[in-house]
Amino acid sequence: MALSAEEFQTVQAPKPEVLKKVDPVSLPQRPLVENNRSFHYITDLICSIVEVKTPTWWWIAFTVAALTASFTLMGLTYLVSTGVGVWGLNNPVNWGWAIVNFVFWIGIGHAGTLISAILCLLKQSWRTSINRAAEAMTIFAVVCAGIFPLFHVGRVWFAWWLFPLPNANWIWPQFRSPLEWDVFAVSTYGTVSFLFWCMGMIPDFATIRDRCGEVAKRRIEGASGAVEKAFQIGYQKFRLYLYTILSAGWRGSTNHWRNFEMAYLLLAGLCTPLVLSVHTIVSFDFAASILPGWHTTIFPPYFVAGAIFSGFGMVLTLMLPLRALYGLHDLITQAHIDNMCKITLATGSMVGYAYAMEFFIAWYGANPYEGFAFVNRAFGQYSWAYWIMISCNVISPQLFWFKSVRDNAALVWVISIFVNVGMWFERFVITVTSLANDFLPSSWGYYSPTMVDIFTYFGTFGLFSVLFLLFIRFLPLMALSEVKALSMPQGDPHYHGTDHRDSHTHKAKTPVHHHGEEGVDQ
Amino acid sequence: MANLFKKSVNLIPLKVIIALAMTASAVIAGVTYYFTPKYSRVGYQPTQPVAFDHSLHVEQVGMDCRYCHTYVDRSEHSNVPATNTCMSCHSMVLTDSPQLAPIRESYATGEPVQWVKIHKTPDYVYFNHAAHVNRGISCVECHGQINEMEVVYHAKSLSMAFCLECHKNPEDYIRPLDKVYDLNWEAESQQAQARMGEDLVHQWNINPPLSCSGCHR
Repeated sequence: MALSAEEFQTVQAPKPEVLKKVDPVSLPQRPLVENNRSFHYITDLICSIVEVKTPTWWWIAFTVAALTASFTLMGLTYLVSTGVGVWGLNNPVNWGWAIVNFVFWIGIGHAGTLISAILCLLKQSWRTSINRAAEAMTIFAVVCAGIFPLFHVGRVWFAWWLFPLPNANWIWPQFRSPLEWDVFAVSTYGTVSFLFWCMGMIPDFATIRDRCGEVAKRRIEGASGAVEKAFQIGYQKFRLYLYTILSAGWRGSTNHWRNFEMAYLLLAGLCTPLVLSVHTIVSFDFAASILPGWHTTIFPPYFVAGAIFSGFGMVLTLMLPLRALYGLHDLITQAHIDNMCKITLATGSMVGYAYAMEFFIAWYGANPYEGFAFVNRAFGQYSWAYWIMISCNVISPQLFWFKSVRDNAALVWVISIFVNVGMWFERFVITVTSLANDFLPSSWGYYSPTMVDIFTYFGTFGLFSVLFLLFIRFLPLMALSEVKALSMPQGDPHYHGTDHRDSHTHKAKTPVHHHGEEGVDQ
Repeated sequence: MANLFKKSVNLIPLKVIIALAMTASAVIAGVTYYFTPKYSRVGYQPTQPVAFDHSLHVEQVGMDCRYCHTYVDRSEHSNVPATNTCMSCHSMVLTDSPQLAPIRESYATGEPVQWVKIHKTPDYVYFNHAAHVNRGISCVECHGQINEMEVVYHAKSLSMAFCLECHKNPEDYIRPLDKVYDLNWEAESQQAQARMGEDLVHQWNINPPLSCSGCHR
């Protein structure tokens, strides 16, 4: 049981004399909100992103993204009207870009879930300023990922047969197939992530809602011309209704916060196993087969590490430009970037270890087919892809050992792109090399994607960008209340000074959130 | 700020959920009832060129199914008899019946009688008559009491669920080989059927396919 500071002092034996001479080493932690920013600053900074007039760069980016997304639409329209044969799939490579892209996008989502769930349970408070965007990234990545298996079934209008729904035909999915496990894993993952994301935003929606009146006044007064004024009146009314509905009656009462915190914790607990299970099951798509290069027990942990690696790569790719565009340097600090780089380094090294271990086991297992599969990967017809993968995934993150690299945002961003590229190639190498050169040399082949493959994949980046741009334009980019709890000294309402031991005993009893401020900020 | 919504608005999501659930249930129930073969196929009884009376030929005259459907035990396809099969009797019996005029016309011209097909399997289904009748599945299991029909109609649903019911539990439907064309035969009791069914399934090593490629080849 925790004692209060006073009780703690009284039950303590008298301090030995020598301790008075000991000067404890102070271990300063970098503040997670820099420059002593006030609550109002944080509210204003984040809310204004959705309140100001739509910036020109947003329109340009949105147009480009939407045009890019139309490539997916074209690719899929052509596929549905013609047949799956328009993809480059054929014997012996029956799985090509479709599964590669699926695993690529699903993997990216994992960083979001890791940040929101595991880091929440581990009380890693630096997660707060990036978790919202990372969760959004997760959901949009799942949307992009889902397209590929959905259309790979061929007759997409029968895709609902993947779910075990009672039907007049009395047929059920093949429960022994890892692909069916994928359906459950990914749909659970998508649902829970979505709930987590939506629920976490409720207090922030309330903040935006409460600011709607002033924003409307400002925007309607600032309108030039009758047409714009009429538009603004309608639009501001829409905003008010939108955020009122989204904030679900949130008033920031203590009861609301109690329920919110409990629900958040429960969902975090529910998400935590999903971080590990989803990519484990994705890896079963390969590992449960008997193909050399796929049939390995290292796949689940190796895939999970790779997923988190690629996810953090994508988080960095997205957050660094956002930080620069919106001047979020005080909230997404160098400490955040350092942490993300270190996780990327750690998971990248795990992935590198897995590559090495696969080779070792192929040799140690003395199975000629397994041995060939790996030698063929590195030196066969797809060796170019293998070496791109190695240089992007194993070598480039090692640069994060150096502080000077981590401090250079531009360089971090470039490396994060390398990580994304490398992880795509990893899935390509795994999928295609094993299929193209399996047991029977007479059936070997060389796989190349068709134009439709390329269009469909290229377009998903547009789709992802469209969704992400809509997210930053209409939804709160950061968990305001959680970030505020970290802004010292305001986030520590009783302000316990700097003495180490005292502040620790007290902190355990201090509420994490500074609730009273929420929703009545202005 | 005043409340934007009245308190009653709190109930809207619940109402929407209930309405959606009810609509979905109604649609699913409706489709399941009206758009599945149990409803859409059963009872189909088209007008035939000749109102061939199975009950008369089987029950009164005592003919065997295979007298006309000659290849049912030797072919995947159960043939509808050619006109000369009819004429083997009707050249001597009821030679002037106006009902048989299409048969005599066909016999004279060589043009087949345009019988209307009633029992159809989709083109993606491979059904083998011989495999079934030679392993103790009687005609009645799929065609109903055809021996009692004055004009043939679609008696069973022949849906996929219908096929799978028997493929999953063949012991409930199997019978001794000499009773396959005895369309009125029934086991003495359910227990007798179960005993005999299990014996026959075991003895003949009956293992009906349940995988997709069993029927969709």
